[in-house]
Amino acid sequence: MIAAETQLRALMLASLDGDARAYRRLLDALGTALRIYYRRRLGGADAADEEDLVQDTLIAMHTRRATYDPTQPLTAWVYAIARYKLIDHYRRGKLRRTVPLEDAGAIFANDESAAALARMDLGRMLESLPEDTRGLIRATKIEGHSNVDAGGALGLTETAAKVRVHRGLKALADRFAKGGDHADR
Amino acid sequence: MRTDDLIANLTSDLKPVRRGGLELLLGAGLVAGAVVTAGMMAMWLGVRPDLHTAMRGFAFWMKAIYTLALTVVGFLLVERAGRPGSRLLPTALLALLALAIIWVIGVMQMMHAPAADKPSLFFGASYTVCPRNILVLSLPILVGVVLAMRRMAPTRPALAGAAAGLLAGSGGASVYGLHCPEASAMFVAVWYSLGIALAGAVGAVSGKLLLRW
Repeated sequence: MIAAETQLRALMLASLDGDARAYRRLLDALGTALRIYYRRRLGGADAADEEDLVQDTLIAMHTRRATYDPTQPLTAWVYAIARYKLIDHYRRGKLRRTVPLEDAGAIFANDESAAALARMDLGRMLESLPEDTRGLIRATKIEGHSNVDAGGALGLTETAAKVRVHRGLKALADRFAKGGDHADR
Repeated sequence: MRTDDLIANLTSDLKPVRRGGLELLLGAGLVAGAVVTAGMMAMWLGVRPDLHTAMRGFAFWMKAIYTLALTVVGFLLVERAGRPGSRLLPTALLALLALAIIWVIGVMQMMHAPAADKPSLFFGASYTVCPRNILVLSLPILVGVVLAMRRMAPTRPALAGAAAGLLAGSGGASVYGLHCPEASAMFVAVWYSLGIALAGAVGAVSGKLLLRW
């Protein structure tokens, strides 16, 4: 863009004199430069915002083209306007950074708090069991491994592992199903 | 709308821009405001009765040159503030230079004056009303200048408004100089400058509110 300064400035001077063809070429070139400028600054996150800003800036430059001082670099003028529009965009964004009410349903549709609480309770219950049993139940009932694999890791036969899991679950059921105070949490 | 269509649209609308149109617009705002200010002063405070004799003295012109110089600097500042990408600092330094010069003259006058006269050189007879009068007289000019600036493209609205306030304050002070009989440079350096600064502050606020685009 800096290399293009001379050329763009010549186009601008012709445009100020009313040369529509020069103006067309100027706006095309500036549109491209502005797109790059905004893409870099918005991080390419929102293409619609980007194009809105490009158009906004082109309109601003058009309506206020008399503010260009022909003795000054054109690029300084262009980027000062682009920067102003970018700041303006951020400022507007800050005012709108709340979610419209009609979109709130989608955010709260999947209530994951119950599942999270259940996971926490399960962890606390398992802690009351001996370490080997706890590991077996976690491996077979939660992570879905077979009794053979889970038992093998502890040097147990399939049957022995099965029995250990069964006893562990029974112990849990006895403790929490009757007690009630823990299970209700 | 597609950007290509927009560009085609803007291109078809193209009219030649007259050189110097912006300065003309700004000048019109300034003059229109100054006319109202002059009318206001004539009805409210009146021109000092000894204006003819005063115009032959140093004090009158010292004040007039100070406030008019700031008016010129203010005009240049406003014009630059309204053009994106312009540098304001070199022009702003001219305003500080004018302030420094009037202070030097004021301090020198004070140093050469007998001790008994020093308070009156500093406070004059009207320091309680001078800044306020200048602020009030600056308001019509501020309106004219801000209206003109809304057609420009100030990228720093508060700063641009402050420049408009400086222009309006200096213009108001220039008009007030036709009424105010104070003759001490120190008085002008302090109280006139304060009035102009107040106008600058009002301008900064109005710029923040009114000069967005």
